[in-house]
Amino acid sequence: MEKMCKNDLMRKIQEYEFTALELNLYLDTHPDNVEALMEYNRCANELAQLKTMYEMKHGPLLNFGFSPSQYPWKWVDEPWPWELQE
Amino acid sequence: MWIYEKKLQYPVNIKCKDVRFAKYLITQFGGPDGELGAAMRYLSQRYTMPTGKSKALLTDIGTEELAHVEMISTMVYMLLKDTTARELEEAGLGSQYTQHGRAIYPQDANGIPWTAAYIQSTADPITDLHEDLAAEQKARTTYEHLLNLTDDPGLKDALRFLREREVVHYQRFGEALMDVYEHQNSKKYF
Repeated sequence: MEKMCKNDLMRKIQEYEFTALELNLYLDTHPDNVEALMEYNRCANELAQLKTMYEMKHGPLLNFGFSPSQYPWKWVDEPWPWELQE
Repeated sequence: MWIYEKKLQYPVNIKCKDVRFAKYLITQFGGPDGELGAAMRYLSQRYTMPTGKSKALLTDIGTEELAHVEMISTMVYMLLKDTTARELEEAGLGSQYTQHGRAIYPQDANGIPWTAAYIQSTADPITDLHEDLAAEQKARTTYEHLLNLTDDPGLKDALRFLREREVVHYQRFGEALMDVYEHQNSKKYF
């Protein structure tokens, strides 16, 4: 995990976030489904770990206090998502 | 409250510029069945939904649509990068270049600016959810038309992802509609 490059780590985050989003929408219309809920919580945990790992190496993913930043303020660092090329 | 996440929902891989396709694709940003309209439609309608489920679903799908706005904008931005004014003009984007350069502007494939007239919000949850079901199908059809107009594997991959999201949203909106019908029927008994 530690050796994962930036793109691989981002891809992993995108995969887990997609799973979480799908389960989220499913739970919106099936709030009593225990299996989906457990899978959602498992995914949320995994995602939090991956994002912490990503942010330590590559800077904040979220603004407005949801991600810490090293000095100097890393939020302004490029590239922005529309500038990435894999 | 919304928080921005500095990433795309799904990776976009575009290897070369393509002015012709950018002109078509922009409609999924600011056209009648585009992602901007989808986001504004759901995020406007959610306030007058009757159940927690329907409020949650419109909030969440409306938010996902904003991520799709970003994907489409990114694709158009990449397709137009490093193009010359002449190349834009030859692909029929001379007027576009005059007014907007290579900027991302919410419009359809003919250059018509986005308008709130593309969406409805009626305070009738049955009516609004039927509009949402239709909107997802119209967006799916548009993605299929776009898929017929390119052979680029990177573009096709992202477009297929977005097309599939319309199918999933349609499914969830159908379930929300059933929930609202049940809610309305339950109010008839004391």
